[in-house]
Amino acid sequence: MTEKDAVIIGGGPAGLAAALELKKNGINDILIIEREKKLGGILNQCIHDGFGIVKFGAPLTGPEYAKEYIDRVMELDIPVMLNSTVTGLTKDKVVTVTSPRGLFKYSCKAVILSMGCRERTRGAIGIPGSRPAGIYTAGVVQNLVNVQNIMVGKRVVILGSGDIGLIMARRLTLEGAEVVAVLEKLPYSSGLPRNIRQCLDDFNIPLLLSHTVVNIEGRGRIESVTIGRVGANGKVLPESMRKVECDTLVLSVGLIPENELSRMAGIELNPVTSGPVVDENCQTSVEGIFACGNVLQVHDLVDHVSGEAEAAGRAAAQYITGGELSSGKVVLTAGKGIRYVLPSKASGARELELSLRVTEPGTDRTVVVSANGRELRRLPFKRVNPAEMLRFKVSAERLKDAREIIVELI
Amino acid sequence: MKAELTCIICPNGCRLAIERSEDGTIKVENAMCGRGKDYAVNELTNPVRTLTTTVKVEGGVQPLVSVRTDRPIPRKMLLEAARALRGVSVCAPVHAGQKVAEDLLGTGANVIATADA
Repeated sequence: MTEKDAVIIGGGPAGLAAALELKKNGINDILIIEREKKLGGILNQCIHDGFGIVKFGAPLTGPEYAKEYIDRVMELDIPVMLNSTVTGLTKDKVVTVTSPRGLFKYSCKAVILSMGCRERTRGAIGIPGSRPAGIYTAGVVQNLVNVQNIMVGKRVVILGSGDIGLIMARRLTLEGAEVVAVLEKLPYSSGLPRNIRQCLDDFNIPLLLSHTVVNIEGRGRIESVTIGRVGANGKVLPESMRKVECDTLVLSVGLIPENELSRMAGIELNPVTSGPVVDENCQTSVEGIFACGNVLQVHDLVDHVSGEAEAAGRAAAQYITGGELSSGKVVLTAGKGIRYVLPSKASGARELELSLRVTEPGTDRTVVVSANGRELRRLPFKRVNPAEMLRFKVSAERLKDAREIIVELI
Repeated sequence: MKAELTCIICPNGCRLAIERSEDGTIKVENAMCGRGKDYAVNELTNPVRTLTTTVKVEGGVQPLVSVRTDRPIPRKMLLEAARALRGVSVCAPVHAGQKVAEDLLGTGANVIATADA
């Protein structure tokens, strides 16, 4: 067993930013563990642009954004272990890794969780019908097309209007496929408005809101899907059902933070986000284990992932050097109209950065942050959308004497 | 002529209200910045987009390298431009920022690699 100051699990944008921040704050004994053969995480397959508008003032592609951080990590000689999978994490911060060079165990002062997320599958949402080939999740299609040079099909139906589904609608069209339609079960899209424009409107790909797939047909290969309109009670109206011929079904039906290791370590998870419960330092319920990026909450912008990871890195550095981390007694609760708010706990002693999502789209709404029945901040928004995370700060001054903070949408 | 459109320049995604009067002048409202105003005017007169795609790599570790145009090209040329790049391959090693094709379909835009390969 080797001792380490900090092990970072996952070398995607969150892990990379956390590593740089640790180094910047005087920690040198760092190890980034990455299961793929290169750093960069999901950004390596996100060849489209729009990354870094906030961080760098320019719409970079995924690989370009990753390169900004990877180059820095290489320059600073931060140790990296590639092709290596963490198979165990204990609440005593012992990390077990399987790598091409064998099995290793690290006893860490701090662990940063940055494993990202995985995709919800056909099995998880239980679409009835046969089980032919030609059914993929959108991220897998992205990897096949953009990294492996494998085209998935010619006539595609996409279920789910989340950003990945929209991006792949465009990508597959550019690569010569016919994207018949994008179906969205809800009456509104879950993707960013600009992606609806750039990926669907630009190519005249129909977006069928309040529609879903109720059956899959085909023997060896998918031949068609039965689609239908979702009624007011959430059930599909039988009279609306019709068959749509296709040779490929792409599912973009949700991302799930990858917290198997967190569970192993007994870390408390938030059932709404599916990520760890954390305080204002991104510290989980296990002391010395921090979480950031998509493993903590699914983000829309990688710029925010980097910001969150920097906060986690700073806090981890402070923890490692024996500093006292502000601890949280103040509980934050998501009130009316708010799906979740992070962090779950705060100290109330310093400026707090909140991340939250609303439950439904709306126009001219206001987010109200209150504590002990007193209003701390109110922020008006012209448009709110569950697909767009809201982030803002509440100053230490306003937090004085706060015991329980509630965030509501009015 | 009036139209509403979502700006794609930055994450704010301002819902722009555009009005083109008979003499051709275009008025843009709800833009939080100047770039949004320019985007709206362009969308009416000459919509452009950056093309991001991949080209083949010969003799490298990976079969593809991701690329993009170094400036936006006319939106209506996107499909044709993607098709034109399908036959293009570049020899490894490829460096991010390296030009892999010049003056794509006469648009003046060059195609550059966005990653090392």
